[in-house]
Amino acid sequence: MSAAPALTGDTSVIAYARGLEKHFPKAAKPALTNLDMEARSGAVTGLVGPDGAGKTTLMRLFAGLLVPTSGELRVLGKDPAHQADALRDSIGYMPQKFGLYEDLTVHENLDLYADLKNIAGKERDETFERLLAFTDLQRFTDRQAGKLSGGMKQKLGLACTLLGTPRLLLLDEPGVGVDPISRRELWRMVRELLREGMAVVWSTAYLDEAEACDGVVLLNEGEALFAGAPAELNARTHGRVFALSGFTGSARGALRSARHDPASMDGVVQGHAVRLLAKPGATLHPESYGVAGGRLAKIASRFEDGFIDLLGGVPVVDSPLAKLIPERPRDGAVVIATKSLTKQFGEFRAADDITLEVRRGEIFGLLGPNGAGKSTTFKMLCGLLAPTSGEAKVAGVDLRHSRSTARQRLGYMAQKFSLYGNLSVHNNLEFFAGAYGLAGRAASNAIDRMIDTFELGDIRDTATQDLPLGFKQRLSLAAALLHGPEILFLDEPTSGVDPVTRREFWTHINGVVERGVTVLVTTHFMDEAEFCDRLTLISRGRQIASGTPDEVKARAATADTPDPTMEDAFIALIKGDQ
Amino acid sequence: MSPGFIRAKALIKKELRAVLRDPQSRRMLIGPVILQLVLFPAAATREVKNNVVAIYDEDGGAVTAEITQRLTQTPAFSKVVRVGSDQEARAIIERQDAIAVLRFGPRFSAAVAEGRPEPVQAVLDGRRSSAAQIAVGYVGEVLAGIPLKQTQASASGGGLFVRHWFNPNLEYFRFIVPSLVAIITTLSALIVTAMSVSREREQGTLEQLLVSPLTPSLIFFGKAVPALFIAAAQATIILSGGVFIYGIPFQGALGLLYLCMVAYVAALAGIGLLISSFASTQQQAFLGTFCFVMPAILISGYISPVDNMPSWLRTVAQGNPLLHFIVIVKGLYLKAAPFSDLVGHVGALMLIACVTTAAALLVFRRRLA
Amino acid sequence: MRYRLRRIVTLCKKESVQIVRDPSALLIAVVFPVVLLFLFAYGINFDAGAVRLGIVLEDDSPAARRFSETFSSSPYFDVTLGYDVDSMADLLRSERVRGFLVVRGDFGRRLEAPGESPSVQLITDGSEPNTASFVAGYVRGAYAIWRREHALESGRPLIAGLTIEERYWFNPSTVSRNFLLPGSITIIMTVIGALLTSMVVAREWERGTMEALLAAGVTRLELITFKLVPYFVLGMLSFTLCMVLTINVFEVPFRGSLLLLYFVASTFLLSALGLGLLISTATKNQFNAAQAALNAAFLPAMMLSGFVFEIASMPAPVRLFTRIIPARYFVTAMQTLFQAGDVWSVIGPALWGLTGAAVFFLGFTFLITRRRLE
Repeated sequence: MSAAPALTGDTSVIAYARGLEKHFPKAAKPALTNLDMEARSGAVTGLVGPDGAGKTTLMRLFAGLLVPTSGELRVLGKDPAHQADALRDSIGYMPQKFGLYEDLTVHENLDLYADLKNIAGKERDETFERLLAFTDLQRFTDRQAGKLSGGMKQKLGLACTLLGTPRLLLLDEPGVGVDPISRRELWRMVRELLREGMAVVWSTAYLDEAEACDGVVLLNEGEALFAGAPAELNARTHGRVFALSGFTGSARGALRSARHDPASMDGVVQGHAVRLLAKPGATLHPESYGVAGGRLAKIASRFEDGFIDLLGGVPVVDSPLAKLIPERPRDGAVVIATKSLTKQFGEFRAADDITLEVRRGEIFGLLGPNGAGKSTTFKMLCGLLAPTSGEAKVAGVDLRHSRSTARQRLGYMAQKFSLYGNLSVHNNLEFFAGAYGLAGRAASNAIDRMIDTFELGDIRDTATQDLPLGFKQRLSLAAALLHGPEILFLDEPTSGVDPVTRREFWTHINGVVERGVTVLVTTHFMDEAEFCDRLTLISRGRQIASGTPDEVKARAATADTPDPTMEDAFIALIKGDQ
Repeated sequence: MSPGFIRAKALIKKELRAVLRDPQSRRMLIGPVILQLVLFPAAATREVKNNVVAIYDEDGGAVTAEITQRLTQTPAFSKVVRVGSDQEARAIIERQDAIAVLRFGPRFSAAVAEGRPEPVQAVLDGRRSSAAQIAVGYVGEVLAGIPLKQTQASASGGGLFVRHWFNPNLEYFRFIVPSLVAIITTLSALIVTAMSVSREREQGTLEQLLVSPLTPSLIFFGKAVPALFIAAAQATIILSGGVFIYGIPFQGALGLLYLCMVAYVAALAGIGLLISSFASTQQQAFLGTFCFVMPAILISGYISPVDNMPSWLRTVAQGNPLLHFIVIVKGLYLKAAPFSDLVGHVGALMLIACVTTAAALLVFRRRLA
Repeated sequence: MRYRLRRIVTLCKKESVQIVRDPSALLIAVVFPVVLLFLFAYGINFDAGAVRLGIVLEDDSPAARRFSETFSSSPYFDVTLGYDVDSMADLLRSERVRGFLVVRGDFGRRLEAPGESPSVQLITDGSEPNTASFVAGYVRGAYAIWRREHALESGRPLIAGLTIEERYWFNPSTVSRNFLLPGSITIIMTVIGALLTSMVVAREWERGTMEALLAAGVTRLELITFKLVPYFVLGMLSFTLCMVLTINVFEVPFRGSLLLLYFVASTFLLSALGLGLLISTATKNQFNAAQAALNAAFLPAMMLSGFVFEIASMPAPVRLFTRIIPARYFVTAMQTLFQAGDVWSVIGPALWGLTGAAVFFLGFTFLITRRRLE
């Protein structure tokens, strides 16, 4: 696929947009400007970009739920906004959150959409049977959709969308909140559909998903930065991606030095190695990093490298936070410990015999598929949930019974960036300062430092609900760190955030960890799992693998894949458990 | 400053901002109050005014003319119409075109002249029996005022004299305005507390609070204070309206009223928090609040006197904070009641506050487990 | 055609399943009506029972005692005797008595003295004007009986004044329950019709399911129909429950025809549902929808429909305003149907009002319902 306009006579083009613009009345900037794209039969077209880039707007335009401000938009030669009835059976649209009725059962949801699409009689029974088998939901037909796991909801959403065999399938962020295993299954299913000649438009904020598409449109702030095959984008950075490994000392230290190399434009920790992206035409100088025994090797480029390259790289930022955080003694003391932690909900054992120890100054990861028990474990550690048996101690005390003084020592940042939406940035920080007992000069100093550090000065008085996701995330982190905690709990801290902001976030985390702060993180980004010092993989309530990222990967190595990625390892280990 | 104090202050500031920062919520808290202040004292009246009374006069004498004349001067009746037959009389009641038909027999005037007056027959619309009863009372007063020829020379200075304290002319709005202070603050205080906890639950900020050093009791305290501020502000608006628009002077100690309000809002906050500990969504919290407020208003003495209820319901009503607060506001506003009159009601409010808050804390903690 | 019908049936089925599975819907449709009817039947009573009356006896004469016994022996009074005005005033202020009589020290003497007659003062608590009028009325009645009896005893019978012989049509024993319960059904129907539905469209927007329905080609008519029909059925079931309770448990006589009753109730329910859907469609946010429904549907039904507060007694502008409140017509029709029967001259105009409101609200909802997201 290319960005060049296709001939309308080309029958493989199911839908296209030319010079598409969309303005919303109250918005300062257009949601989409001058956009060209097409979706072909038998191909997955990825709409890739961070939150707020315009992906959903574009999906809704294709679904006929919005009217373009200008430009041309056609699906099967028709205008979706004004010929909706004619196109109804040809377009399958799965909105975010999958459009399911959570209080209806799987079967009731299917029935509803089947009736709406006029599928009856024998055809209906066959379709249901085929879709239920396809999505592997036969065993759950009587379960309410709200009680399904994220992955199963996603499959059910897809099944409902597929009723009536549409020719254009629009999937809006189907991968959000879904673990790697379910995402792989979804891809398998979509691939099967492509063989029947369907055209699929798939929007995502996950760049690894983009890599699997046949063509992508990379959106940023309503504009297409790139349109073409993912390989084209990968090619941009071909030969500029390196792995630095084999050194002694911490990977975080190595990354920090490497990023000061003017030739580098991006870098991340990957187990006990550092992955670096060099500027075009520049050469990296690993000897200047001050790491003993480091070897630099060229490795394959990824879609994400191309994306960062398009955005001009990630500027070098040493986390100024590090200076604000009091240095903690590197005494190797155990700060978080659980012993046979178990949680039983009726018949169901959500967490079973979880035992772990986290030492001061470590990043410790909790990984697992949806519903495996990592959230349950996390909540028990924070004192939000009472264990059925076993114990969880943070800084030597059980948080459920602890007094305020113990909680004073930790910071918490949740998945949904739990800020008060209608309060301003400054008001939010003021509240969290007070909640942690800071007052007067101490509070205003701490707040000012955070506002400076996270560059929140310009949006000081903006209500947080109006902020882009990236700012919300920064503010959340600022609020969690305001009182200088020695332990940081992070619950899926980066979901939906663009790669550059994620880099910045991890720079800060690395910065505070180097000061001796202990971090416990849950994530379903497998590359982020690589940033951890140690991690534990939870499946069906039990720990199935623990250790450093490299150790966990090594456990999944086979003759076929001697050097598995974290995602490969994750999937292999979970499958082995099931 | 102690850390506990700092935390409480931060929490209260945040709660107040969360409610008051949004201009639409500010309007929602003030607008309806003003509307109700204007509308309710006028509309919510149990007085009987502007009714039509029909006269079926088969007599046509001087006495009936006098009675008709005097009826038109009563505020209860805006119009007196005449009907000429039983059929007409029946129809006019049935159509609800008149609340009562007074029938004077053909010998009415003559009988009065003979000193053996026969009773006036009144047919009333029983569909509105309560209004009709009051209306017939006014008719009775008119009839009592008709000078009869042979009235016994009344003994000097005797008789029954009626005086109404605190509201000499029995003006209904003097009862409504103090009750409104209680009712309007009830709705807002309950909704503010009940919805704010479920909103935090829905938006995920509750977990953030629970992980912080704030304890559940401190969080509850933080939720109760904005309710107090809002209740006090609304009460001030209604009281000012009462004094300056309706001209009802405030008789008692104003400071004491605000003090009692603390106990009242504590009781409401307890109930609001109890509802919100059960509710998982804002919708459930709202419907739950509604299911409490509606019966609470019904058995508060605002719609009809508590005295008229059966005794078991009077006992139940003692657990209704609204009932106690209406007595307190009325006492202070109209009767200059000393604290000794109110101490029992304040005690009841504090007891309700303690019980509901304790229950709310229990449910709240249990849901965490 | 059959295809269209099946779409609507399936959407209605979906909505019904959701209603049945939502505890708050059942709370509003079943528990709330029962509690409310119960309270209106037992809690709200405009017919005063025994009046708590104080008597300050400053005179110790047998005549004064006999006077006070007239009150204490009556079932209409619950008498507290006292001997000084100040302490009785305290009881009045703290609402332990609703009024008190002051019998002066010269009562016995003036009663016997020729050409003189004692004066008795009644003080009531005017802070509850209704109770005060009742107390005054009861005391006047008892006082008149006492005078007549005293005059007879002393051999100087009084000439009777003008009296009234009252007859209450439709409700001869003037039981306030008979008009309160039919009226309170209005509140219940308003709450189910407007308060509950005010949130159901907003909920579909908030949960993102509306987008999926619209993408599946649901039309405006289908959208309104499937939000209307299940709640209509729920409302009518709840109405039936109310009727059974009112007639069979609380024994309020019903004199109209059931057919007409259900016709009137359906029209009213449609207007309430129309208002609820209108609010829901216009707000898209559950919290605002709830607030709007409270102020636009519930409060007018409670305050301005004429079942608790007399419309005739309201000032002219407010009276005019009540004409646009559907609940007003329903209250009138219900009270007439229950107590008077099918009086067409009353029910006809009420039906017009209700039909007009239903057409207006539903039509307006149809106009502002959109098939797109903007």
